[in-house]
Amino acid sequence: MTTLALSGTAGSTTNGTATAVLRSTRAELLRMRRWPALWTTVTAELLLNLLFGYVFGYVSYRSGSTGGMSEGVPRDQLLADLLPDAIPRVAVQGMPMFAGALVLVLGALVAGNGYSWGTVKTVALQGPGRLTSYAGTLVALALVVVGLVVALFASDVAASLVVSAAEGRPVVAPGAVDLLSAFGGGVLVMLVWTLAGVLVGTVARGPALAVGLGLVWVLAVENLLRGVASIWSPMQRVTDLLPGTAAGSLAGAVGATPVSEPGGTPGVLTTLSGTASVGLLVAYAVAFALGTGWLVRRRDIT
Amino acid sequence: MATARTTDVVTTTHLTKTYGDRRAVEDVGLAVRAGEVYGFLGPNGAGKTTTLRMLLGLVRPTSGTATVLGHRPGDPAASRRVGALIEGPGFFPYLSGRDNLRVLARYRGLPDPAVDAALERVVLRDRGGDRFKAYSLGMKQRLGVAAALMGDPDLLVLDEPTNGLDPAGRNDMRRLVASLAAEGRTVLFSSHLLDEVEDLCDRVAVMSHGRLLTESTVAGLRGAGSLFVRAAPADVTLAVAMRLAGDDAVTLVDDGVRVELDAARAPELARALLDAGADLSELRSRDRSLEEVFLDLTGDGTTDNHDQTAPLEEALR
Repeated sequence: MTTLALSGTAGSTTNGTATAVLRSTRAELLRMRRWPALWTTVTAELLLNLLFGYVFGYVSYRSGSTGGMSEGVPRDQLLADLLPDAIPRVAVQGMPMFAGALVLVLGALVAGNGYSWGTVKTVALQGPGRLTSYAGTLVALALVVVGLVVALFASDVAASLVVSAAEGRPVVAPGAVDLLSAFGGGVLVMLVWTLAGVLVGTVARGPALAVGLGLVWVLAVENLLRGVASIWSPMQRVTDLLPGTAAGSLAGAVGATPVSEPGGTPGVLTTLSGTASVGLLVAYAVAFALGTGWLVRRRDIT
Repeated sequence: MATARTTDVVTTTHLTKTYGDRRAVEDVGLAVRAGEVYGFLGPNGAGKTTTLRMLLGLVRPTSGTATVLGHRPGDPAASRRVGALIEGPGFFPYLSGRDNLRVLARYRGLPDPAVDAALERVVLRDRGGDRFKAYSLGMKQRLGVAAALMGDPDLLVLDEPTNGLDPAGRNDMRRLVASLAAEGRTVLFSSHLLDEVEDLCDRVAVMSHGRLLTESTVAGLRGAGSLFVRAAPADVTLAVAMRLAGDDAVTLVDDGVRVELDAARAPELARALLDAGADLSELRSRDRSLEEVFLDLTGDGTTDNHDQTAPLEEALR
């Protein structure tokens, strides 16, 4: 009898928490989908993906290998990167750095604006519990990231089909494993950068400093440290463990062309294996999420 | 809705909050009873908002304890029954007032009709579709109160709810607080405006420099009142007053004497003055305003017994 009663209590508590997280997620999704900053970020992401993934590549291809834009990459290779079976490697190539920087900005804005607008306080007063509302924010952001990666892949499919039709090439679908690996890897990379943004936004208690620090880290500091590592080998132990290294290596592992090769994409690396980079990214995701959760739970809301 | 009036809805014991070396709140012990309007009075920086933040679980006490509706502050079980507006409303600027409340309603698990009911209550329904960032200060404040009202809370915690409101808006807010109290809800609100505390509150706590100076009913705080007497000669007047009320109960003020004596004893004082040969020109009861009490308590008063000691002694000579 006692055991049953205890089980019932634990079960109802779990249900109550799940319900509260679901409510928080619905609330966050409602406010995010009406947020111009979210749609600006998504639009910028899609446009940059199309520009760097297809438009510039196609212009290079059309202008020929002597046109000055192809960096010596043969025309056949340029075209191959624009066709449907290249989608897995093309879709993830921008994620370690540029797309990652944009979702980091998004995460920083979501967390930081909560403090500058005072909505952290208002939400806390509604009674869901700090960690519950934080969990709702994370779930909502994860859904946004998954939706964004789906949109990126979808726009790549559309662009590659247009190129295939324009060039009269047969449509060859990518392998399912390659596609799923790239999709999963892309979601993981984008999620880690989003969580990094949430952490920085929470630490800074505002969007401006968080966005600035985050962008400088993703776009400059990691590359500078890798530059130092190339002339001072002990630093390499550090740079191999950076989130950008893991993200770039995962993109490289699913087929994106590393920056060290002709026509390679900045941020794409081959430093770590696919498995190691997934492990490191998961560790970063957990660390960022737990670090933010600790701050959210412990800190005074003033 | 609120339970029995004798039940304490909020209690604190030795509640203290320090920031570095600074003590924002020190050793505060208070009790708010169910169904009452409890005023939290004090000058800016007195520690009112910090105390309210601790009661709502936004700020952790450095030491001491507090309970809200029988739970620790910030416990979701209590928070769901509390509506609060703390130090100005914080909303998503790009959303309309209505959508802001819809977001908060989702957090509370409330249906959308609760949103319109809350907007109606603060007379904001017609402007509910406007973006929050386009609202005037008064409208933002009213939206904050609407958010506090959603979910039919047992306890309302309003931190200076009339801040930024024009006189008409301030009156509306007072009427709203009075109507919430009439429904049996417990209202705990802070203010540095003495008249609204005097008008609305059953009991008052006065804070200054982080300390709770007193907790009482408004009438109790104002005391039993006093008498103002003008008579000549002054030495006879003072001697008679001191004989009847005691040395500490007589104060020289303006062109007369304040005697801490119940108004019912005014005829006795008049007879005593006439019997002593004094020329009585004025005798009237004089209630202490809450402002006088407040200024005395917080040490900001311009007249007190000590200031008047020298002229009093001089007059007696």
